[in-house]
Amino acid sequence: MPHSTFFRFMGPSLLAMLLFIALPIVSIVVQSLYIEHPQVLVTSETCQPFGGCTTTTTVDAAATAQLREEQPLGQFNALGTYMDRNHLAFAEIAEIFRTSEGPSDVLSRIYNLPLYKALAFTITYCLLVTPLALILGLLIALAVNTVPQLLKGPVIFFSLVPMLITPLVGALILYWMLNAEGILGATIQNLFNDPTLSTRTSAPLTWATLIAYGTWTNAPFSFIVFYAGLQAVPRDTLEAAMIDGASRLERIRYVVLPSLKPLILFVLLVQLMDNFRVFEPIISFNAAANATSLNYLIYSSLNTQTTQLFGSAAATSVITIGFIAVLIVPVLLRVARELSAVRT
Amino acid sequence: MADAVYRRPPLVVFVASGFVVLWLIIAAFPFAWTVWGSFKVQADFFSRDTWWHALFGTNTTRLTGDAFTDAGYYGAWVITRFWRAALSTGIITVCVVVISLSFGTLGGYALARSTHPYRFVILIFALFFRAMPEVAVVSGYLYPFFVLNIWGYLPTAIIVLVALNQPFTLWMMYSFFQGIPRDLDESALVDGCTRFQAFRLAIVPVMWPGVITTGLFAFLLAYNDFTVTGLVLSENNQTMVPKIASYLGQIQSQGNVMYAVAAVVSVTIPIFLLVMFFQRYLVSGLTAGAVKG
Amino acid sequence: MTVQRTTLVSLMALLAAGPALAECGIDTAGSVRILSNDFEALRILNTAAEECASDQVTVTANASSEHKNIQVPALTANPAEYTVAMIANNSIVPLLGDDLIRPLDDLVAEYGQQLQPNQLIKIDGKIMAIAFMANGQHLVMRKDLLDQAGLEAPTSWEEVLTAAQAMRENGMETPLAASNGAGWDLAAEFVNMYLGTGAEFFEPGTATLAIDNEQGRQALQMMRDLTQYMAPDYASANADAISQLYRDGKVAMENNWGSLASSLIDPAQAQPEVVENTVFAAAPTIGGGTIPAAALWWDGFAIAKNISDEDAKASFRAMMHATRPEIATANADTAVWLIQGYQPGPAAVGVVGNATGGARPYPMVPWMGLLHETLGTELADFIQGKEDADKAIADVTAAYTAAAQQAGYLQ
Repeated sequence: MPHSTFFRFMGPSLLAMLLFIALPIVSIVVQSLYIEHPQVLVTSETCQPFGGCTTTTTVDAAATAQLREEQPLGQFNALGTYMDRNHLAFAEIAEIFRTSEGPSDVLSRIYNLPLYKALAFTITYCLLVTPLALILGLLIALAVNTVPQLLKGPVIFFSLVPMLITPLVGALILYWMLNAEGILGATIQNLFNDPTLSTRTSAPLTWATLIAYGTWTNAPFSFIVFYAGLQAVPRDTLEAAMIDGASRLERIRYVVLPSLKPLILFVLLVQLMDNFRVFEPIISFNAAANATSLNYLIYSSLNTQTTQLFGSAAATSVITIGFIAVLIVPVLLRVARELSAVRT
Repeated sequence: MADAVYRRPPLVVFVASGFVVLWLIIAAFPFAWTVWGSFKVQADFFSRDTWWHALFGTNTTRLTGDAFTDAGYYGAWVITRFWRAALSTGIITVCVVVISLSFGTLGGYALARSTHPYRFVILIFALFFRAMPEVAVVSGYLYPFFVLNIWGYLPTAIIVLVALNQPFTLWMMYSFFQGIPRDLDESALVDGCTRFQAFRLAIVPVMWPGVITTGLFAFLLAYNDFTVTGLVLSENNQTMVPKIASYLGQIQSQGNVMYAVAAVVSVTIPIFLLVMFFQRYLVSGLTAGAVKG
Repeated sequence: MTVQRTTLVSLMALLAAGPALAECGIDTAGSVRILSNDFEALRILNTAAEECASDQVTVTANASSEHKNIQVPALTANPAEYTVAMIANNSIVPLLGDDLIRPLDDLVAEYGQQLQPNQLIKIDGKIMAIAFMANGQHLVMRKDLLDQAGLEAPTSWEEVLTAAQAMRENGMETPLAASNGAGWDLAAEFVNMYLGTGAEFFEPGTATLAIDNEQGRQALQMMRDLTQYMAPDYASANADAISQLYRDGKVAMENNWGSLASSLIDPAQAQPEVVENTVFAAAPTIGGGTIPAAALWWDGFAIAKNISDEDAKASFRAMMHATRPEIATANADTAVWLIQGYQPGPAAVGVVGNATGGARPYPMVPWMGLLHETLGTELADFIQGKEDADKAIADVTAAYTAAAQQAGYLQ
């Protein structure tokens, strides 16, 4: 296909992505290299409805505005933001290694640093939810395949419901169901015969709840993709396998699964990327005490009450993309290999 | 013998059916609970006393005289005019799906049929574009939008959603077109058509299953979106999800949680109809060359 | 006959139209564009301001929960997207820092006769905002359960602990609740306690953190001691959760927001015994102090800088109309108004008690938000008992310093 035709077909799509994703990403990367100018502070008298008038320190808006006009991006900080305590914390980690007394002390002190705490949960969540949702989706697809034709429609819809419900309120309702007095929470307490058992009081339990929730919401996506793939498994190969005497399990293992491989890789790719950006469940489940994620850190930086920390959010965003790149490179390589093997 | 492939021993059917039933309960129960609870008052559905109140509607009966009430739905749809948010969502989703599919179909076709190596570069970049956390990207839009005076309008939100959806759309359409044999449009080219004519005459008739599937995901993205529509639209044209979020109240003020519950149930109904209607195409769409290579 | 009727009709139309125009009385042209948070009290004011719409004046309002993220870019644009920004102690700070709002002295002199002196927010001698309502966390308790345990209403946190112990012996295992959920709520709890000790958060004249002292440890220790009497999932509780607990009668005493007070005794939401036996009071004192351990919050409005003077004038007059005394009397239960003529209702007792007791306002310094954010994340481990107060304070200091350096407040 000649270059001009290619770009005429791709034009609108490329333009949209360039304007609204590529440019902002460039701007974010640039922003992560800068911090705010040292603000000019001035003491003045402030009067509020209560406490009368007091002397407080405020920012000299005019002087700071002038600084900003001269250098709008801010003060160049190179990779300083990436290495400060709230991000990769290289100095603090060096200090930890120097002064700690053993591996468990090192680990607990590293875990105390905000980015590493978030990373620990994010990676665990990503690496557990992705395969669990994948396998669960596959099993559901295999099972739904046996359902009589008439019921398939409603069965498919109800299997998709966890994915379709607005995440915001869906998670909130599950949160209330998991209360000590909620239907799920009370049932769990009865099951384990422990009236003080709560899924929110400890980190492991909170993580388990979030991972279960993540699997529950992500399984439908795998399900629908695999279910469709199952309809396209080549009959002849299946028949040949049966003639050769393969059992049901062997047929699934040697015929069905290989034909689903491109789909599995696709789902893996998409899910790895999406699960790494986990964020909504942490807010809805009020789990920030025990579990935070990289996306949640970005949200916090931008949602502060007064000063939005753009540089900090930008640095965390770049770090997030970096980690996602590392995670998906193996899968991408497999996909590339499949692509070059099956050239159409 | 052909049917023997699909004949299943009773044990397998039994186990499979049991599993499906178990999964359906797990998948659908919270939603069923929500539907049931949407007809109760807050003191019942969110009770910290016991969940039996939600089941029997103790406080609902005490307060309204009947175990079921439509206060949540009335409050959402009539008092706070949820229908305006529904209208906004309708407009936005239809436009996003149509525009996104148009751009993505053309782009995916080009990517699938081109033989130049730079198409892989574009695909990989698209993937990483999708990896970017949305909230950081959208926060950067605000100031330019205000300066250009395009903030708070539906078309702005539509274009942003289309752009953010392009990576996923491109990948899916690319995969579908890979599954459609090249001979179809190559023969049209040989017959003297331009590339676009070949696309229109040979590919368009057979691409619908793939388009519908991709369309469904584009629809879900626009329907359930919160980051973009919450920050780029103002109160009087906001979509359904930000409006539901506003029902939930803030730290220092109370919201109308039951309005949110009723709204969530209402919001899921169109999706139900859509999925029921399109589920045939969905399956065949994902089949027809779905990421087959 | 027809002529007479027509004259009568037009006369009546004039009479009917007359008062409507006179109600708002803005005779100049202008556009009023309001940005506010999304809760009932502000919605009432938005609706009241919209009454000022006429041929010459257009009024629009956007009540959005994202207003904090929208306000800075919106007001930086020239002309600003909004003319009126409704703000509070914390959200006014970025507008001040970026020089986005204008002084109101002239407008107050000309149109602000209805304003009371304590409604004027002055920075460096200039009026930068007008406050119209107050809020804060105060004590909410069940009189019947206190009587049952033979106790007086506690006035200090130490007394609250004693009362809680007595109630536990009486059979109520977890009589207390607090919004200790990691994040904004947890930080607010610490801010309340620390303000009650009388100490300062920062070194005077700088943004250097100064909570590494006896009072900081005292505040932390009290927060931790109180958790003994709370249900074990306190680290995920926010104001909604503890309100629901209280309404269902699961909790005997808690510190909750004045703006939520009326919902706690609303017969449509709370259990009957809760509605009848609830008493509101000022927040308790801490460590033998004399002031309630709570921050006082105000909500108000400011006028944007990057707009025409006509718009500013029209906006100010519309807001004066929206915050007139009739609004406060008509909506006495919606908020604790600072407006002239407001009579506090039964649900306002707590906030008024805080104010008269001398509670300190939430600090309006630019770096308070950074501290608030840091406290919310770094105190989570402490409140669950996973680390001690010294470590917690060290973590907060380190995290806050890094953030403040990034924002340019510290070098």
